[in-house]
Amino acid sequence: MKSKEIISGTFTLRIFRGVPGGQFWEEFELERNVDANVISSLMEIQKNPINTKGEKTTPVAWEQGCLEEVCGSCSMLVNGKPRQACTALIENFIRETGSTTVTLAPFTKFPLIRDLVVDRTSMFEALKKVKAWIPIDGYTDTGKFGPVISPEVQDALYVLSTCMTCGCCSESCPQVNPNSDFMGPAAMSQVRLFNSNPIGKLQKPQRLRAALSDEGIAGCGNAQNCVRVCPKNIPLTESLALIGREASKQAIKDFLSLPDASES
Amino acid sequence: MAEKKKKEVIVVGGGLAGLATAMKLAEKDCHVKLVSVTKVRRSHSVCAQGGINIAINLKGEDDSPLIHAYDTIKGGDFLANQPPILEMCLAGPGILRLMERIGCPFNRTSEGQVDFRRFGGTLYHRTAFCGASTGQQLLYSLDEQVRRHEAKGTVEKFENHEFLRLILNSEGRACGIVMHDLFNLKVHVLKADAVVIATGGLGMIYKKSTNSTFCTGAANGRLYMQGMKYANGEFIQIHPTAIPGLDKMRLISESVRGEGGRVWVHGDSSKQILFPDGTTRPCGVTGEPWYFLEEMYPVFGNLVPRDIGSREVLRVCEHGLGIDGKMQVYLDVTQLPTEKQHKLESVLDIYRKFTGEDPRKKPMRICPAVHYTMGGGWVDWPAADDPDRWTRFRQMTNLKGCFNVGESDYQYHGANRLGANSLLSCIFGGLVTGVEVPRYIDSLPETEVPETVYQEALEEEEEIQKKLLSQEGTENVYKLHDEMADWMTRYASVKRDNPDLKKAIEKLKEIRQRFKHISLDDRGSVLNQVYVFARQFPAMLELALVIAKGALLRDEFRGAHFKPEFPERDDDHWLKTTIATYDPKKDEPVISYEAVDIRYLDPVKRDYTKAKKMKPTLKNIPANIQLPI
Repeated sequence: MKSKEIISGTFTLRIFRGVPGGQFWEEFELERNVDANVISSLMEIQKNPINTKGEKTTPVAWEQGCLEEVCGSCSMLVNGKPRQACTALIENFIRETGSTTVTLAPFTKFPLIRDLVVDRTSMFEALKKVKAWIPIDGYTDTGKFGPVISPEVQDALYVLSTCMTCGCCSESCPQVNPNSDFMGPAAMSQVRLFNSNPIGKLQKPQRLRAALSDEGIAGCGNAQNCVRVCPKNIPLTESLALIGREASKQAIKDFLSLPDASES
Repeated sequence: MAEKKKKEVIVVGGGLAGLATAMKLAEKDCHVKLVSVTKVRRSHSVCAQGGINIAINLKGEDDSPLIHAYDTIKGGDFLANQPPILEMCLAGPGILRLMERIGCPFNRTSEGQVDFRRFGGTLYHRTAFCGASTGQQLLYSLDEQVRRHEAKGTVEKFENHEFLRLILNSEGRACGIVMHDLFNLKVHVLKADAVVIATGGLGMIYKKSTNSTFCTGAANGRLYMQGMKYANGEFIQIHPTAIPGLDKMRLISESVRGEGGRVWVHGDSSKQILFPDGTTRPCGVTGEPWYFLEEMYPVFGNLVPRDIGSREVLRVCEHGLGIDGKMQVYLDVTQLPTEKQHKLESVLDIYRKFTGEDPRKKPMRICPAVHYTMGGGWVDWPAADDPDRWTRFRQMTNLKGCFNVGESDYQYHGANRLGANSLLSCIFGGLVTGVEVPRYIDSLPETEVPETVYQEALEEEEEIQKKLLSQEGTENVYKLHDEMADWMTRYASVKRDNPDLKKAIEKLKEIRQRFKHISLDDRGSVLNQVYVFARQFPAMLELALVIAKGALLRDEFRGAHFKPEFPERDDDHWLKTTIATYDPKKDEPVISYEAVDIRYLDPVKRDYTKAKKMKPTLKNIPANIQLPI
């Protein structure tokens, strides 16, 4: 059995860092290692924060959590593309680009805190606006399960429910910008998730009305970037199209003053 | 009449246990202040892959919560108190129904019912699951409920804030906490009638573990240094199959071996090794793969329990047979038929994503890794039929009004946790805490805490911050962390022996001295992660000492605590809970012991060599159990 190839030499991490109003590029030279990813490289800098000019600097700040691509913490732009840094293997980038420089930058659609860390609170606020929960009466055991769910429906719900609020979709979306109130694709996809649940369905009109607001589905320009960058392969454009149709139906129903409970 | 004051509760930590607590408290009309170092939706519970054990017997196997309790007690090698385990298992079916109602997308049978799979340490199909990310889905369901309460104003979140210390009033009752804002290092006081700690495990003490990087153990370490008893610290679960990485160890699920994955190294007939049957045999044949687990354990083969698997991998590597001389062996699915590989797709994809290699073509390189913290904050648990049941409080630490729950407490798992029991223990513990806390607050006399108590605690923390930020020295906290983790991984994980543990304790004390000479590479206040980590480090180090000292003293082999010099479980001397207490005047933890509550089941040998379904008899089961659900 052949062991992994041995790699020698160095590569450069070029990082857009700093605080709001004071961002700058800084480069770090690191040993190449076949197992290195962006996170392990940032950890190396932490231990010895010296840039390529030989100057002592501060360690780079970044957000991290599970490092298994299920928590959504370590979102950033790697070579300009929104993604999770934990799955960003350095050697893959070097192979794909032919360059030994990898760039890191913070997301641009959220308020910058420092270096690679932004504040994604707005995404969680959006989940409140669209009532992304199941409105059960209480937490006492009723002794009963909810309605049966087919494996096919479960599978669809599960995929929608793997959204880790990482923000890659919003970062890639041209319609999420300072001139628009659009909540972004993730929240719209959550509307679909909760409207598809047998109990969640009961609040469908309220969620659709949130989707009809200025921050809602009208903001989507169908650029379809979101679905291309989603690390979880969530069918976001499908969700957006569906919510768009359902929200229009809700608008008509509301115009005709039909009761909320009626099923479409 | 004056309006009754709302009960104020601080919950620190927003994983499954913290969120279950917060949700129940909100229902009980408390005002919850939820403190978390991250967005709670990113907590470590998301990493749990396999499932949640619920003995609801939907597969016609005659399973029952009592058998589940038996498996759990035995799996924990009889070190766990039995009353909390019994009630946890009894509450399982209700918890499953609750989680299902709040939208957790469990896998379904063709009839549309919740489906179950088999997991380690049991012969029953008892594990409900959601694809390959059950923990994530359970956490999201609770997170959504808590968000619903947040929208109503009953829950207030303090995310990106870290617990620093508990504030105690003149009677020694918890009345608040000091925390800092991770974005700007501002130190704040939060006031409350009770405090719940749900801060998870301590994998980061070993640096590379399967845990998230949040899991430093610092909150428990800080509380321990404030007088909280810490129990069973030496019990740390090592999972046999993780992907070695430069930044962390990533878990490869047991299901890979369940579907036929084989563990091997290159054989070397010039080397000899002791087999479990007592014979000494060559390490396979030179030039051929050596499937050592299959040869050593012909009945269980690659599916030996986690602790045995980890120990044998280590032993084989110690014989110089590790891949590339490293502590690594192959886990091979290349020979599996395509449909089996397909069943494992999501797990195999994880390996491919993180290593860049396709496990369908090349065997995976895996190694044992620190996985779960069985020990934790000592908490009380009056059983249902104890005469003082209603004057004591479940999940409350020895610090009055300070509760501890989830992986950060010590209950439910004893000396070894069974796969898929952690999610259940976290949700159950959270629901219990959500009921016990308001009952505790109702029992309190009306007292006003003088403002000076809060002010002093705040100033003390501000002083520590100022000092640490301005300190000059030659040591680097990240390098000290590497050193501590290296010693802990070598001497306080899979295999322990007393001379090494003594050396490790001396090393930890040396690191404690050297920490006094660190200087920070960042002295600013905006998102200064170097400071935050340096502030956590001393508390982590004290818990490392608790682990090492507990392991040194415990001269037996029980569950995850393996000491070759003492190869048997020794109930006469060691059927007892280890309790560590901090004494600032001493340089090592003070260790004492407490009897284990074995009122339902007498200890039997923990033997997995003979597989047989049986109906266990538990005695003295109380008739008046009230489940928190």
